[in-house]
Amino acid sequence: MAFGTALRAPTALALGVFATAATAQDTTITIATVNNGDMIRMQGYTDLFTEQTGIGVEWVTLEENVLRQRVTTDITTNGGQFDIMTIGMYETPIWGANGWLVPLDDLSDEYEVDDILPAMRGGLSHDGTLYAAPFYGESSMVMYRTDLMEEAGLEMPEAPTWQFIREAAAAMDDPENDINGICLRGKPGWGEGGAFITVTANSFGARWFDEDWNAQFDTPEWNEALTFFVDLMNSYGPPGYATNGFNENLSLFQQGRCGMWIDATVAASFVTNPDDSTVADSVGFALAPNSEGVEKRSNWLWAWALAIPAGTQKEDAAQQFIEWATSKEYIELVAENEGWANVPPGARTSLYETPEYAEVPFAEMTLQSIDAADPTDPTVEPVPYVGIQFVAIPEFAGIATEVSQEFAEVYAGQQSVEQALENAQALTNDAMEAAGYR
Amino acid sequence: MARAVSTRRKIVTTAVAWAIGLLIFFPIYWTILTSFKTEAQAINNPPLFWGFDFTLENYAVVQERSDYMRFLWNSVVIAGGSTLIGILVAVPAAWSMAFVPSRRTKDILLWMLSTKMLPAVGVLYPISLIFVQFNLLDTRIGLTLVLMLINLPIIVWMLYTYFREIPVDILEAARMDGAGLRQEILYVLTPMAIPGIASTVLLNIILAWNEAFWTLTLTAANAAPLTAFIASYSSPEGLFYAKLSAASTMAIAPILILGWFSQKQLVRGLTFGAVK
Repeated sequence: MAFGTALRAPTALALGVFATAATAQDTTITIATVNNGDMIRMQGYTDLFTEQTGIGVEWVTLEENVLRQRVTTDITTNGGQFDIMTIGMYETPIWGANGWLVPLDDLSDEYEVDDILPAMRGGLSHDGTLYAAPFYGESSMVMYRTDLMEEAGLEMPEAPTWQFIREAAAAMDDPENDINGICLRGKPGWGEGGAFITVTANSFGARWFDEDWNAQFDTPEWNEALTFFVDLMNSYGPPGYATNGFNENLSLFQQGRCGMWIDATVAASFVTNPDDSTVADSVGFALAPNSEGVEKRSNWLWAWALAIPAGTQKEDAAQQFIEWATSKEYIELVAENEGWANVPPGARTSLYETPEYAEVPFAEMTLQSIDAADPTDPTVEPVPYVGIQFVAIPEFAGIATEVSQEFAEVYAGQQSVEQALENAQALTNDAMEAAGYR
Repeated sequence: MARAVSTRRKIVTTAVAWAIGLLIFFPIYWTILTSFKTEAQAINNPPLFWGFDFTLENYAVVQERSDYMRFLWNSVVIAGGSTLIGILVAVPAAWSMAFVPSRRTKDILLWMLSTKMLPAVGVLYPISLIFVQFNLLDTRIGLTLVLMLINLPIIVWMLYTYFREIPVDILEAARMDGAGLRQEILYVLTPMAIPGIASTVLLNIILAWNEAFWTLTLTAANAAPLTAFIASYSSPEGLFYAKLSAASTMAIAPILILGWFSQKQLVRGLTFGAVK
């Protein structure tokens, strides 16, 4: 078993833990986390951390939405159930600003905080202070079937436009053989279809708000973006795409039923894994598209990061764990035991300078995608907010979920693009007014 | 007198009953079946009903990753405890409502039920704050109390309905023979209401076992029951349906077995008083 080997791995001894073990004897920290491959893998290695520091670790693994609600309740009621929380790029700056998180401003020198990718560091900071350390990061990119592209006589450019994507989708679409030209997210929810349509809109020159927090759904750019998306998916997308999210599309792509799929870079390791994917050896990658003539591309930026809630009694132990889990040495530990393709990606610059990692087929495109994303300047026209596929204000999750529901009705053929945009405009402005922004 | 039923009609009704039964059971069957597939087979389209290699790997992975017995024990304590305390509180309450009703009894019953109409999340903060104040977060006793309170209206209502079926004359006879209140409830009422109490207990164990809002919200590492165990296998980014199914199967197995063995009791209790 990989885990057993890991325990005996020679790296274990070399693995740096940056504080003295003696101070933390008999301490047990509780970590709230999400269920994804990299996090589960880390749970398998925590015995090593305990061995070296004497700090015990209890894991509470929850589904993403349950986790959000759970940790928000815990923070706001001062529950103190968790010493470390796994949170995303959306929550971090908001919670940091509220004083809910312990600033990570005295990390040890050995940790090399400057090695964290600038885009990640920027997205996980508030007013220049880092509030969460990225465990892994992701952007989005195009994943496509190289064999189908070849058959269609097309060549995917490294940085395609939406217009090319449409052309390729038309060429690869093959309903008789159950192959859809393209698979994209339509499922309601701010982090599902909401995230995708937001980045698509960015790449058509649209934005959520102008600088005075007025909703912008009544602009021609939003209309163009949504119309393009709906038309593309109705023509070459899978039936019922209004309910497809990440997992549904992953499943379709792995079964060879999509010519292209534009989604999280983290999917690359799934679709190229021959154990699960029937198309593992014929997947190519390209940057997320933009509309012709628009400088912003449709790639997002996200990180799952570890943060310490203010009010924990075990701040030192928690910080030790964070330094261990997001260190260079942890990455090397995983690489040594499970191969470079399985290390948590997207967090550290040094990873992408490692020659062995450069050989991983999706490494280069992942880095390029992350580098191309700037949460502080996400749109063509200026905006008062930070965030690419989200707007980093507390009200956004609720508003965007409603907006994505309006859009999903368009995908399901229940209302027109114009109607949906009108509704989105009204409900967003109402909510922003009620929240005191306007 | 039994009505003559034609064979053809018997066949049709039996077939319909089986069809409905299988339809209701299908999700559980599918979960169990999926738990024996590989992740790739689990998402296969068309779905695989047979012709795949049964694997126990998912169970091995789940077993290795999580401490199942700890979750199971928490579920047993919380579901059993909340039901037991609930019954102890509800029997006297239902007795008084059924046999010595006041003018307001009906209102009180309705009011009790109305607490079930509020979505749980509506009282998330008050309950969370009380839990923080009294150090009840992530404790089995805290969760037992909350689940008891949540299910109490149903327990009282069910018991009240059963008690109403018991002729008052019998209780009066007991009183005439010199039985005190305690003896009356313990030796006369309770034995007669055993089928009703049993089905109430069973139903409430099932409700408490499956409760997935408070059990996820008020626990962390120590008191988390099987609902948290299942939730830890749900993943929005990554296909782990086979492992999720294995975890679900392990979580529902005990209650499924309990339900299976007590189904006669359950059906009898639930239909008790339905025909007058």
